[in-house]
Amino acid sequence: MPEAATIEKLAVQIKVNGKTYAREVEPRSLLVEFLREACDLTGTHVGCDTSYCGACTVLLNGLAVKSCTILAVQADGVEITTVEGLEKDGQFHPIQKAFGESYGLQCGYCTPGLMLSAHQLLSKNLEPSEDEIRNALAGNTCRCTGYMNVFKAIRIASRNMREG
Amino acid sequence: MLGQLGEGAKLLAGGQSLIPLLKLRFANPEHLVDLNFISGTSFIKDAGSALRFGAMTRHAEFENAPLARRIPVLHDCASGIADVQVRNRGTIGGSLAEADPSGDWANALLTLDTTIHCLGPNGTRAIQLKDFITDAYTSALAHDELVSEVEVRIPPAGSGGAYVAFKRSAPVYPSASAAVQLTLVDDVCQQAAIALGCVGLTSIRATEAEAEMRGKRLDDKTIATAAEAARAVADPQSDMRGSVEYKRQLVVALVKRAITIATRRARGEQVEGTHLYA
Repeated sequence: MPEAATIEKLAVQIKVNGKTYAREVEPRSLLVEFLREACDLTGTHVGCDTSYCGACTVLLNGLAVKSCTILAVQADGVEITTVEGLEKDGQFHPIQKAFGESYGLQCGYCTPGLMLSAHQLLSKNLEPSEDEIRNALAGNTCRCTGYMNVFKAIRIASRNMREG
Repeated sequence: MLGQLGEGAKLLAGGQSLIPLLKLRFANPEHLVDLNFISGTSFIKDAGSALRFGAMTRHAEFENAPLARRIPVLHDCASGIADVQVRNRGTIGGSLAEADPSGDWANALLTLDTTIHCLGPNGTRAIQLKDFITDAYTSALAHDELVSEVEVRIPPAGSGGAYVAFKRSAPVYPSASAAVQLTLVDDVCQQAAIALGCVGLTSIRATEAEAEMRGKRLDDKTIATAAEAARAVADPQSDMRGSVEYKRQLVVALVKRAITIATRRARGEQVEGTHLYA
């Protein structure tokens, strides 16, 4: 019987939602797998696995990225925010509250990714235009809502965040 | 390191094209050399008569850089590549080295005086973009070379350019794209460059269309004639994005739009927004 090749694992240290996770990973392992399996944070979802849908979106040093298109080893030393990191002291983030109150989700599969893309937008621009909102979310696909309540949620979140 | 690892090594830049290829097992390198940990490789510099970019500069960095707007076609191109997430990771060097027939950067930059600076174990060499991409997915890089910088000469006064691409949705490659760069003197076109993307193995310069414009005032009739001349040069394949005829028709419309925007910019007007969606 042929010998299976042993894959040499690499050590990484990734800070996720403020907590550092030191793990050994196979070089081919994806960031989304690291988050879901090594960190047990299953809020980040695998949708298409072909870098289209954005269900796997997380923030990497504050910028939205598709975690299915980044190797875990590439995230060594960075700060990741997943959907679980949006809440503070048991309180929902204004974006989460707005999505809930505006019916900005149905099955919820795309929602973590959508909210994190919205987070990048609102962290740079608290008064986005309709076009800017659409452009910011262009990398997140939703099959349920038809997007209108998603845009509404972001408008409401932006207003609430402006007013503090 | 590339020399030591041999032909089984591939460079990893933004990874937005390479990692999907790896996941589909279309690429099977033995080693990946990650360029993301090297500092000083991402920059946009004013070099007087040219702009110089580090190969690892992300598309999003171009989108947000005031300096990149000195050549408007750069902003057009960068701001429309895929979506926010891809733009946060994808790089100009990676895009050019991958030489995808539908790649936005290669098409936009072909209308400008663009030099690719490459680095290898034997030193550096400078290659003009038109000689850098030789075929679909094929660049002039040796296996132990990488793109270190991209240099673009600033066009002369009276110039205007535009990059217009049509996409079925944001995250996909365009169905067709057109880049135009022209110079007007006393409102007469002195110089024109038109590059068509996604409709051939590499970007195509529509030289007959360019000739239709030289020495003329760019009224609707001249623009329409030039756009028709571009139709004949396009060499698309039928695929999910459209049939051959559809793509040729799309090229005509995109060239018309790009020439119109480029002309307005050459006359000093500010014009925004150029990627079009279905």
